[in-house]
Amino acid sequence: MDKVIIAKDLSLSYSNSETIINKVNFSVDSGSFVFITGASGSGKSTLLKSLFGALKPKQGSLVVGGVELVGISCSKLNFLRRHIGIVFQDYKLVKEWSIDKNIMLPLIINGYVKSVAQSQVDKLLKHVRLNHQVGKYPLELSGGEQQRVAMARALAHNPVLILADEPTGNLDEYSSDLIWKLLEGANKQLNTTVIVVTHNIPQTLNVEYKHFHIEYGSIHEVN
Amino acid sequence: MKSIKNHLSLVIALLSILFSIQVFLIVDRSINAYKENLANNYSVIAVSQKRLTNHNILSINKIISNAEELSPDSVIKRLNSDMQNKNIELLKLSLPKFYKITLSYYPSPKEIGKLTADLLRNSSITKVENFSSNHNTTYKLLLLFKSVVTIFALVVIIVTILLIFKELKIWQYKHNERMNIMGLFGAALWLRSAVLFRLAIVDALIASFLALCIFLYISSSPWVLQQFSYIGINIVIFNPLEDFAIILGVALSISVVLASLIVVGHKEEV
Ligand SMILES: Nc1ncnc2c1ncn2[C@@H]1O[C@H](COP(=O)(O)OP(=O)(O)OP(=O)(O)O)[C@@H](O)[C@H]1O
Ligand SMILES: [Mg+2]
Repeated sequence: MDKVIIAKDLSLSYSNSETIINKVNFSVDSGSFVFITGASGSGKSTLLKSLFGALKPKQGSLVVGGVELVGISCSKLNFLRRHIGIVFQDYKLVKEWSIDKNIMLPLIINGYVKSVAQSQVDKLLKHVRLNHQVGKYPLELSGGEQQRVAMARALAHNPVLILADEPTGNLDEYSSDLIWKLLEGANKQLNTTVIVVTHNIPQTLNVEYKHFHIEYGSIHEVN
Repeated sequence: MKSIKNHLSLVIALLSILFSIQVFLIVDRSINAYKENLANNYSVIAVSQKRLTNHNILSINKIISNAEELSPDSVIKRLNSDMQNKNIELLKLSLPKFYKITLSYYPSPKEIGKLTADLLRNSSITKVENFSSNHNTTYKLLLLFKSVVTIFALVVIIVTILLIFKELKIWQYKHNERMNIMGLFGAALWLRSAVLFRLAIVDALIASFLALCIFLYISSSPWVLQQFSYIGINIVIFNPLEDFAIILGVALSISVVLASLIVVGHKEEV
């Protein structure tokens, strides 16, 4: 099976401070569903950041979608990112844009025709149950609603890889289920590789998954 | 409402810069018009032993636009009653010639000094009256007025630019966030900064049009026109086409430079 991610002796740290991820080796199969757990501050978000090239590897090699991220050029990185959908732990919605436009962002970047993009946005708003909030701005929404907007944006351009950092962190059971269903759907129907950082793996999920645990700077698979 | 607020800070800053530039242009133009006015009313009187031709006088100094011989008739008329015609003709011949010399523009005190010296260098000219003390005060007032307005405009522009640089930090922060997010989804630099440049250009256009409207309004106000006609200025002091070009150019360059500074200063955060 194809590997979407291959990490070899990968070390991560923020500019000259202590090492957060220390010489880890792991790989992720294309089309698989992966959970990453670990204590707060263990480096889960840090690892995700490295996967979309926001944090350069300190050591080792990291290949995502067949592209080596060590020493990658700006244009190549931009190209890679256009095929990734990210849900950030702090959502990272553009405050001065309506939620529709926020969801449309990856579609604009990928050069979708306006009408196609608009119908995709309408569809996603329905999927995350926010169609009654059309035209509102992120700060006019509750935390959980913002998180669902972030989810919709990550799904918008049918990415090859979805990276979600605690996508249900702020949601009640009903909304959480909604998010899991969406990720499950993307994984099953579009064969999207899904990597989710979470504190509790849902019991109701209807897919096979891998589970990585981060502890003391290293990663091991939980069976 | 949100979008208006987005534009307001830059538009107001630009508007104050454009306003001072426009005021400076208008004052400069009014002063020039007023100087022309003064030049028309100002003349130098030269007294000569011999008759001089217009050509003779014009060649003395480039600033001279015309010389007119003053007729001695009015002086002679008073003596007329007790003199014979023959004697009057003789007297006329022996009287010095008076010339009223008009100038092509309003001279500086230095230029008047030179003109006087040039005139006196001519062997037949014996006396020159240049009314210099009168002229001096008017000229100094004009200069003072112009420098006050120039300094005022400069101060406004400098203060506004300082304010803009302070605002720049806020804009940088504001735009950085959006540009950062766009970058995380793979937007190329031109797309990330497109919004910024569009905002900058739109703001420059808005500020320029506002400035144009304000000055069109002011320059067509009857009260203002009356004030200008009181001091004898009838030319157009506000030239909508030329001034709009200047204003638009200034506004566009300032805002594009600002946008470029933000793009150059942009760093991706992790
Ligand atoms: N931008 C940053 N600069 C410097 N250090 C950072 C930065 N972000 C995180 N860290 C440090 O890296 C370590 C791991 O942080 P990270 O955000 O990856 O934790 P996490 O596993 O995602 O925790 P949580 O479950 O609370 O989100 C922490 O000790 C944190 O202090
Ligand atoms: Mg985290």
